[in-house]
Amino acid sequence: MTTWPILSVVTFLPVVGALLIYLSRGDDEAARRNARWIALWTTLITFAVSLILVWRFDAAQPDFQFVEKAQWLASGISYHMGVDGISLPFVILTTALMPFCIVASWKSITLRVREYMMAFLLLETLMIGTFSALDLVLFYLFFEGGLIPMFLIIGVWGGPRRVYASFKFFLYTLLGSVLMLLAIMALYWNAGTTDIPTLMNTAVPRNLQTWAWLAFFASFAVKMPMWPVHTWLPDAHVEAPTAGSVVLAAILLKMGGYGFLRFSLPMFPLASHDFAPLIFGMSVIAIIYTSLVALMQEDIKKLIAYSSVAHMGFVTMGIFAGTTQGVAGGVFQMVSHGIVSGALFLCVGIVYDRLHTREIAAYGGLVNRMPLYAVVFMVFTMANVGLPGTSGFVGEFLTLIGTFKVSIPTATAATLGVILSAAYALWLYRKVVFGKLTKPSLASIKDLTLRESLTLLPLVFLTILFGVYPKPVLDMSAASVQQLVNNYNTAITAVKAAALLQ
Amino acid sequence: MSFESAGYQLLPVLPELVLAVGAMALLMLGAYGKETTRLVTGLSIGLLVVVGVLELMLPAGKLTTFGGSFIVDDFARFLKILALIGSAVTLILSAEFLADPSRRIFEYAILVLLSTLGMMVLISAGDLIMLYLGLELMSLALYVVAASNRDNAKSTEAGLKYFVLGALSSGMLLYGASLIYGFTGTVSFAGIATAAKTGSIGIVFGLVFLLAGLCFKVSAVPFHMWTPDVYEGAPTPVTAFFASAPKVAALAVFTRVALTAFPGIVSEWQQIVVFVAIASMVLGSFAAIGQTNIKRLMAYSSIGHMGFALVGLAAGTVEGAQGVLVYISIYVAMTLGTFAVILTMKRNGQHVESISDFAGLSRTNPLLAFFFAMLLFSLAGIPPLAGFFGKFYVFVAAIKAGLFTLAVIGVVASVVGAYYYLTIIKVMYFDEPLAKLDPMRMELRTVLAVAGLFNIFFFVYPGPLVSVATSAAKSLF
Repeated sequence: MTTWPILSVVTFLPVVGALLIYLSRGDDEAARRNARWIALWTTLITFAVSLILVWRFDAAQPDFQFVEKAQWLASGISYHMGVDGISLPFVILTTALMPFCIVASWKSITLRVREYMMAFLLLETLMIGTFSALDLVLFYLFFEGGLIPMFLIIGVWGGPRRVYASFKFFLYTLLGSVLMLLAIMALYWNAGTTDIPTLMNTAVPRNLQTWAWLAFFASFAVKMPMWPVHTWLPDAHVEAPTAGSVVLAAILLKMGGYGFLRFSLPMFPLASHDFAPLIFGMSVIAIIYTSLVALMQEDIKKLIAYSSVAHMGFVTMGIFAGTTQGVAGGVFQMVSHGIVSGALFLCVGIVYDRLHTREIAAYGGLVNRMPLYAVVFMVFTMANVGLPGTSGFVGEFLTLIGTFKVSIPTATAATLGVILSAAYALWLYRKVVFGKLTKPSLASIKDLTLRESLTLLPLVFLTILFGVYPKPVLDMSAASVQQLVNNYNTAITAVKAAALLQ
Repeated sequence: MSFESAGYQLLPVLPELVLAVGAMALLMLGAYGKETTRLVTGLSIGLLVVVGVLELMLPAGKLTTFGGSFIVDDFARFLKILALIGSAVTLILSAEFLADPSRRIFEYAILVLLSTLGMMVLISAGDLIMLYLGLELMSLALYVVAASNRDNAKSTEAGLKYFVLGALSSGMLLYGASLIYGFTGTVSFAGIATAAKTGSIGIVFGLVFLLAGLCFKVSAVPFHMWTPDVYEGAPTPVTAFFASAPKVAALAVFTRVALTAFPGIVSEWQQIVVFVAIASMVLGSFAAIGQTNIKRLMAYSSIGHMGFALVGLAAGTVEGAQGVLVYISIYVAMTLGTFAVILTMKRNGQHVESISDFAGLSRTNPLLAFFFAMLLFSLAGIPPLAGFFGKFYVFVAAIKAGLFTLAVIGVVASVVGAYYYLTIIKVMYFDEPLAKLDPMRMELRTVLAVAGLFNIFFFVYPGPLVSVATSAAKSLF
């Protein structure tokens, strides 16, 4: 057993970093440099400490590990932290991507650097907390608290329509979440506690299951985002600064999927089963419709944003298939998408820093002057398409297999969506990278700097590694996923058997 | 120690007696001394602290006197301390307003003291007579302080408007009280509770009038019309006062009347409270969107917040009462902090009140902007700030009581409400800065820091407030 609260340390280390930045006063160049370095070191140390979690994690154990519990609000509402195979990948994803975000903002953020870094560090704490909270109220606190720094990041450091985008992001997400809050309260009165492990083993009455499922769905569907409540995402992505887009795509979107896995499926299995066709329908629409929309985009970030919605469609489809492959695929797809979409936004950020436009039409022929960039961008584009050998393939494939067992039409339609995703991704790549370099503004564009290469290289490595050897992630989550699926199936068979008896 | 007069125990009313006598003594001091505004104000704050300490030193448990018409229980203690804090902080916030040599109104502090005395009586009221006494003492003093900026037409208008409408509401309340007396034959809450087992038409009539009068005092819809005008017209420290202590007292008596005098006919008053709560939350949220004056905005915000607090009361349970108490405590802290910011809004010695005057505050005064932003997020109910916990406790009670529609409308209204708080944050953080503000006064800084830190760090250790609120709520049942 651990003797020190390692999970809390990982969660709250970034806050310590933020306080350090606050204490380093001043607004001259030196203070800005200090802020950047403190932020980078904090995220690196947090990542290092989070690796201890991986090292000590017992993958054969399906239950929560590194559990910490302390008296907090009232009886039944406590400070309860812990991770299992489903949440640990997300914790690591968060801690691993944050240094990239900080480095990506190194040069592009010159205004109010201290506040920017503090906002990011606070956001990191809130994101890690979301994935490791084992109490619903605590979860809600972290989940919603993340809105504050993200609102400021989009609004203060964002593009021309940042005010609109930040308000839309904030209000959309808040509206979804408050309904979940009411469901949390209803669960509290039902079981007398908001402790997540206890609630997972508490039978919830059928009626409450339906309503609570819908309320949680309202929140997570917006966060994912699922069609038709995805419209905040393209706006937020386009206006957010590069690192903001990375965090949004790579981590914040995963909170929705994580929520489905952590709450909807284990706590409301019957409702999940009942609503699975709805989810399938929405997922398929998301996959096909948003891919078509992505085909029509003129802004690179918007295109990637729509492709995120499509990829999240695979995740929701896989999760609600309720099969081992589907759920495991959903987890894997989220991790993979976290890496790939994060990297794609970093790639966009790199050309944006040089040209200050994201219009696809403004680019073309980059391969002539930026060969290295062309290669890196290609890897991520292929991963986005789901080419075998990249991490994107494994997730999509597993979710499709998992769904095939449950609903063949859904799987068929979703597979067709893969073609569309190849269409828009390759089209984007051709427009931006290939062709003759004719535009005068591009004539003197420079290839990746050392800093940029160092940021992207690890991500290229991970994308390919997980593509050919997905075992680390799959193994980490296998036991917990298996337990989740077993419980889900038991609950559903029990009800079916009861229905047959009557 | 025997502390009696005419056969009545005086110990339970000792703090009130000290406050009354102290206020009189300070009045004499002010009237016969020269240049005494500062001294009287300072002593008044001291007096409020002494009264608070006395209140805490009273023997534990439920004390009653004057034949049950004056009750000191944990509920009363909790809210009295809160009201005293509200009044004392308001006096601190008024320092600048009173320092203006052209004004020289030492009576201001005395009036605040007398109003506080009224609140304490109101909070402890055990029958309708005591309720009316306390209410009138509180309100009459408030009418005068609203007009305390004598040479300003808006302030005078605010005072007059408040007085006329307040008198109307007192009339309604009195009419309701007389109907209830007529149909139950008693004025004491305990007596009414035994008599009003069924909602006879007369009692329900009386109840409606009584609650209408109380709704006016908490500025709940549809009796809210005075609030924006009075908030805008009154001097800002007075607005801060209106938004804090009197709301505590009014909500306290609302809760006590509903829960102790009419526990037998919950469904009758519940529907009224549910309606009022929904109307207040919705109107507070929507009407605030169009406001450009920060004080008017705060008026609508306080209407909305009273709606949220009433959600807890609508549940009619211990949890509900506890929710009301937690909510109002956090609300007072947030409001006082917010008004400390509004009072700082001065440019070249001139107070500015328009929301656009906050433009770019995050760059000209980052710390002030940060605290204000956190207060606004808290008012919007975003976790992990204190305001979230206030909403959490009232809605948790409403859910337990099965008031799902109310809860859903409430949280949706809170999202609408979040919009206008965000607008202010947007102005502070996203817009280009205007000229710098005047430096912040020491006392405002202190109030803001205390309120702001409470607001941000409440989630770390919410236990004490919650458990005190629980025992206070239990003392009503």
